[in-house]
Order: sequence, then C-alpha cells, then structure tokens
Amino acid sequence: MSELKAGSNLEKVLRAGHFAFTGECGPPQGANVEHLIEKGNHLKGVVDAVNVTDNQTAVVRMSSWAASLILLEHGIEPNFQMVCRDRNRLAIQSDILGAYSMGLRNMLCLSGDHQSFGNHPESKNVYDIDSMQLIHTVKTMRDEGKFLNGSDVDVAPKFFIGAASNPFAEPFDFRVYRLAKKIDAGADFVQTQCIYNMDKFREFMKRAVDMGLHEKCYILAGVTPMKSVGMALYMSKQVPGMDVPESLIKRLRGAGKGKVAEEGIKFALEQIEEFKEMEGVAGVHLMAIEWEHKVPEIAERAGVLPRPVV
Amino acid sequence: MIVAESKPIKELLEMVKDFKKILVVGCKGCVTVCNVGGAKEVGILASSLRIHGRKEGRDVVVGEHTLERQCDPEYIDELEEIVGDYDAVISIACGVGPQFLSERYPEKKVFPGVNTKFMGGAVEHGVWAERCAGCGTCAIHLFGGLCPIARCSKSLLNGPCGGSSHGKCEISKDVDCIWDMIVNKMTEQGRLSELLEFRPPKSWTTARDGGPRKMIREELVK
Ligand code: SF4
Ligand code: SF4
Repeated sequence: MSELKAGSNLEKVLRAGHFAFTGECGPPQGANVEHLIEKGNHLKGVVDAVNVTDNQTAVVRMSSWAASLILLEHGIEPNFQMVCRDRNRLAIQSDILGAYSMGLRNMLCLSGDHQSFGNHPESKNVYDIDSMQLIHTVKTMRDEGKFLNGSDVDVAPKFFIGAASNPFAEPFDFRVYRLAKKIDAGADFVQTQCIYNMDKFREFMKRAVDMGLHEKCYILAGVTPMKSVGMALYMSKQVPGMDVPESLIKRLRGAGKGKVAEEGIKFALEQIEEFKEMEGVAGVHLMAIEWEHKVPEIAERAGVLPRPVV
Repeated sequence: MIVAESKPIKELLEMVKDFKKILVVGCKGCVTVCNVGGAKEVGILASSLRIHGRKEGRDVVVGEHTLERQCDPEYIDELEEIVGDYDAVISIACGVGPQFLSERYPEKKVFPGVNTKFMGGAVEHGVWAERCAGCGTCAIHLFGGLCPIARCSKSLLNGPCGGSSHGKCEISKDVDCIWDMIVNKMTEQGRLSELLEFRPPKSWTTARDGGPRKMIREELVK
C-alpha cells in the first residue's frame, strides 16, 4: 500500500476499502461550546468524520477551524470546511497552515454560498480564488511544499483533500466534467450535494465510472433525510441546485400525519442500501441538519455500525 | 459605456438645501446614452430644484450646462466663465465628472447627482446590464467571449458552481448564470476541452486590488 496522504481516519477507512460514513455539524451562532459538543457527541463513533461547516448559507457562526478543534479535542474527527467567499489567498493559506498545525487532517474545499443568502448581505465578497483553485492550492502546499507564489512552505501541511460535487446543478452534462476537473486539481474525496433524484444520480455515476473517476477519487453520496413535507417543498423551491422529484413529495405526503419523518428516514435508508451496491460510490455523507441526535439510529438501521477501527 | 442612475430627488434636495445658486452640469457621453445625465436630464433636474425652492419660499437660482465630456479637462475649461456665479455644482455625469470638476474648481462645492453603477450596455430598450469589471487583463476569449469576472456572482474562473439552476444564478432568478452560457457556448463551438483546463488563480494586480490605477502612453505625453 502506498503511503497515506494525510493519515486521517477517513482516509484510512476509505483506503482499507470500507464503505465510509460521514456526518455533518454546523457550528453554533455564538460561542455555545456545550451545544457544539452535544451535537458532536451524537456523531461520535457513529461516523468516520464530521464535516464542520464554514459560515454555511453565509450566516455568521463560530469559525469552522475552531469548531473543528473543539470536536477533535472530544475525540471526533473533523472534516474542516473552507469557503472562498470570506478569505483572500493570504488568509486561506495561513488558515491551512494553522488548521494543520493544530491537528486537523481532512479539509473540504468549497466556493461557498453567495453572501446575499445569509445574514450579512451587505458584506463584500472576496472570491480571490475559486474552489477549484483552493483544491489545487492545498494540494500544491501538501505535495510540492509550495505556496501560491511559488515560495517554499516550511513544513508542508498534509491534508486529505475533499471537494463537493452537485450532480443536480446545471448544465447537467458538464457536471461530471467539473468533477473530473476537481479530481485533476487534487481532490482525494468528493461529497455530493443531497441526492433525491435517484435516476439522475445513477446516470451521473454511470458517467463518472465510464470516465474512471471512481478509481482516482472516493465518491461519497450525499444524503439528507426529509423531516417534513414543508422541508421537501422548501428544498425543491428555494434551494438553488437542489432536485427534489414530485414523486418523493407525494410519498411523504402519503405517509400521513406524524409519520412523515419516519417516511423520510425510510427513503434515506433505501438510498443508502442502493449506494452500498452502486458502482463507484465509496460511502455516504449524511447531512442530518439539526437532526444530529437521529444519526445513531439511522446509522444503526442502515447497517453501517460499528464503524471500522483502522 | 458607463451606466448610471439618477439619485433620488429627495437625496439631492437634502444635499443642496443650504445653497441658493446651483449649477447643474450634464455630460454628453455615456450618461446621455443611458438617459440620466444629458442636456434633457439637466433641464429636468434644474426645474425640480427651482420648483422645490419656490415651494419652500426660497429664491433659488439654477443654471444649466452640458459639457461634451466631463472626463476631459479640455471641455471642463468651458465652465470657467460661468461657474463663478454659483455656490454649488451638481454633476450628473458618472463618478469621474464631479471629481474632475472638484479638481479643476477647488473652491466649489461639488455634488454627485447620479449613482454610477457599472460598465455595460443596453440589452433592450430601457435595460442595461454589466459586462466588464475593468480587471485590467482581459481574458474573455478563454470563456467564449463572456466575462466570468464581471458576470459570475463569485467571479469563478473554473465554474459553474453548484447553485446554477435553469440558466439562472443562485443569487436570484433575475440574474443569468454566465457559466451556464459559457458552457453552452463553448460546447456549441466544439471547445469544451478548453473548459476542462484548470485556470490558475488570477493576478488581481491589474485590477482595483492593485491600488488606484493610472495609464501612461509615453508617445502621447507632451
Ligand atoms: S476579463 Fe476583465 S477586462 Fe475583460 S471583460 Fe472581464 S473584467 Fe473586463
Ligand atoms: S450560479 Fe453561475 S453565475 Fe451564479 S455564482 Fe454560480 S457559477 Fe457564478
């Protein structure tokens, strides 16, 4: 086996050929460390790594590196997210060094939602570099020990590099090429946007496998269980790049009062079963937004417990 | 052209409420074309100021003048004779105009009469859209002749992002996703492979980020 790139738990799990299972945790809108730890504890031992979001939906929260460190101190492996919206290349590179120095080993590189979505729409956006360039920056710092300006990094940060892919945004035909581009730029693993349209995802994965992308990068399928019909409608209408088929909304409606959430979980479990068998899918990324306490149950029912110790 | 919009009249009235002699200066350049700062608009603004003054029981004298261009000292000299009669000057040229006037007539109080928006053009009658952010190193040939710096909400050079939906940008259904257009155009032209190339981080030294810019053409400098 060739050398590990970063040696994170997530990397080892994937490298050993296990079906990975990752979770997500949004830092608090304040310094509520207790609440963060409580959320993290639901995921402890249940997932291989926990994504820690970076001012998600452009709402100010505790910084992702700080929240990542808190989780790490509590024995939970974070997947440190970074967006390009809020930092220029100086801040980006120094945060990469700082995060690595404090023991973070996974890093997910994103463009970030535009600030007009969030609670500070008046802010200036940075976008000095884009997510593709961020991936490449982390890789260059890691593998070549160089900063963006070409000068030497004194002790290179070794991250297991993640990227996002949205098979449901448009233009659809270009999406798999964009994934290929992210892999070429340096992505070691990819987590997809929440999947609801399974037909479209099957087609996307078929194309990815035809191009051999699954052999160059671990692809984790994104799953978010629907809690309510309202959530499904909101996702389908209000969230750009989200594809919620009418059939799913119907199914949730049909579940009847008090049973919608269970139906949402059932759908998620069926998805996970299919992903386990789907060619090219290396794991599942479960984004149970503000539903962290449900993750152990979902993991149990999905048959992904206990998590491998590698 | 440089596209601007008139400031709300209330804001302008508030700005010049302490002045009795006001000169409104228009420009025959871009702002005439986008219908905010030409001779016609000078006339309209001047009348509004006069009417308002009368309503308030104040005798306000308002002069009108429209220059060939306000971004050229040669034309600004034209005001030399008349500007002395006024206490305040409202320029309804783009942001360059009032600054050139302030510099040329340092004793005058100069006010901007328009909000300068962007560099763009008319896409239909009465509708203007942004096209260029003046980054200083044009590279639109790499993107099917379409500018992702000015027209992508995130200035992505390796787009489109995951928020592109039905040809629209994630920020609003009223904003086209330029990356959707870039991908379609490059595909139509059989140039998809060019889009698969990694575009490295851009140097913003030639853009505003490099500090205020200046251009010197030695052969023209006298
Ligand atoms: S690449 Fe730069 S110069 Fe060219 S249109 Fe875009 S912003 Fe303007
Ligand atoms: S949706 Fe399109 S225009 Fe808007 S930020 Fe994304 S790539 Fe840019």
